[in-house]
Amino acid sequence: MRDAIRRLRRNKLAMVGFVVVMILAFLAIFADFIAPYSYTKTNFGRLNEPPSRDYPLGTDQIGRDMLSRMIYGARVSMLVGLGAQVIVVALGVPIGAISGFFGGRTDLLLSRFIDVMYAFPRLLFVILVMSMLGAGLMNIFIAIGLTGWVGIARQTRAQVLAIKEKEFVDGARAMGAGLGRVLIKHVLPNALTPIVVAVTFGIPEAIFTEAALSFIGVGINPPTPSWGQMVGEGQQYLRSYWHLCVFPAIAIAVTMLAFTFFGDGVRDALDPKQK
Amino acid sequence: MALVTFLVMHATPGSPLDPVAEGANPLSPEAQQNLAAHYGLDKPLYQQFGIFLWNALHGDFGNSFIYKSRSVAEIISSTFPISLFLGTMAFALAVVGGLTLGILAATYQNRGWDYVSVSLATVGVAIPNFVLAVFMIILFSFMIPLFPTGGWGSWRTWVLPTVTLALGPMGIVARFTRASMLEVIRADYTRTARAKGLGERAVIFRHALKNAFIPIVTLLGPMFAAVGTGSFFVEAIFRVPGMGKFFVESMTGRDYPMIMAVVLTYGVFLTVMNLVVDLAYGFLDPRIRY
Repeated sequence: MRDAIRRLRRNKLAMVGFVVVMILAFLAIFADFIAPYSYTKTNFGRLNEPPSRDYPLGTDQIGRDMLSRMIYGARVSMLVGLGAQVIVVALGVPIGAISGFFGGRTDLLLSRFIDVMYAFPRLLFVILVMSMLGAGLMNIFIAIGLTGWVGIARQTRAQVLAIKEKEFVDGARAMGAGLGRVLIKHVLPNALTPIVVAVTFGIPEAIFTEAALSFIGVGINPPTPSWGQMVGEGQQYLRSYWHLCVFPAIAIAVTMLAFTFFGDGVRDALDPKQK
Repeated sequence: MALVTFLVMHATPGSPLDPVAEGANPLSPEAQQNLAAHYGLDKPLYQQFGIFLWNALHGDFGNSFIYKSRSVAEIISSTFPISLFLGTMAFALAVVGGLTLGILAATYQNRGWDYVSVSLATVGVAIPNFVLAVFMIILFSFMIPLFPTGGWGSWRTWVLPTVTLALGPMGIVARFTRASMLEVIRADYTRTARAKGLGERAVIFRHALKNAFIPIVTLLGPMFAAVGTGSFFVEAIFRVPGMGKFFVESMTGRDYPMIMAVVLTYGVFLTVMNLVVDLAYGFLDPRIRY
């Protein structure tokens, strides 16, 4: 583990990604203190203004400060990225572990189910679920969680299948440990690496999904700002008011890249053979 | 899959007759009743599904709730070819471009070309295509006015949507090709090929590429899905009158027949493509048996 952190630290790109993620997290947590205006405060005297001294990133269609909305947008992105992963892990790890560990008919049933879910185009399914639940932050967690666990379940199942054949598992069984105890105490901790890697890649995936949903208008409820929604609304006025769309677009791009670099770094650090 | 989609759609709170829905008129209760009967929405759910399935098998998806004069089958048959065309172009570009970048990166490992292609691949994979689309429009329509910002007509309108749609899958293909090629280049049979005095070009194309290609074929299935769902956003931004744009519009209007038909069309298409890819895989790699 200490080895892995050292390797991660030496990876410059991953550290850049990490720093950007930390800045975003800071913005998200302290948005209330950093943002110069409230994200709902409108100023109808100054609509669609380009960046100026009062409004560093300009104002939007109804005179709200773009910078403040961007800062609160970071909060939404980070919340979705992390919150959805909680559901993804809570569903995916147990299903994968049970499927791999108990085998037999349970495995057959669960892995068929996993295969079917895997074959369904992800984004299409998320959009369907969202249109059923309606827009809103909680519903985004649920929609991403319901569709996102499949990848982690597959990974976990594969790991558990390999680990349960190892001698130390037999040893634990021979010492009289029950099946549940063996699974939780002995097998799962050893299957952790690919799960951690899958989670680091799941975060940007969830952020992307939220942005995409908000972009087509089935994501976050207004007036809560979301980068995807800002890009979606702004792109209609791209020719006349470029700043409406460009800043949130850059924010999404930078966030996605930062998480990808960091994720790549984590993967290489935890599993140096795979490079 | 049809059943899942159908149930999900109908469990959705809000009916297309709801006056709050976009484009709906405030109607008297009697008129609503009549409309519901007309569209078959008054029958119990299982009956609606039975009717729907029966009709769908005959290629009849009913009438769109929003475009009242046009049947869904008409809309699909006029928009699907456009999406298919755009998708095929993007797909071809992604495969050709991705392979080229991947091969270049692997043959010049850790040199200029490698960095170019790896960073292009990372950008393509990491950045969502609707964000890319915005940058593309700004770069190639405003700053350097080469292509129009949207629409669908001459070849000039095709360029930006195709490139935007292709970049993501292209990145995936490039990454995979690079990894796969690097592995193959170090294999014994490649060394043998070199040892018997073959030129670099023959080694790469005749020996390495053929074997490196096998794992890449598995990517094609998910790629179809990526291009398919990606086209929703790209079509919406570049105002391409394809199926994806109609899908996004029917989503907000709760146009059940449209949504069902689009999801089914995509679903059937993707399933068939996955099957084709699976069969091709078995064909290319004789070690795999079913």
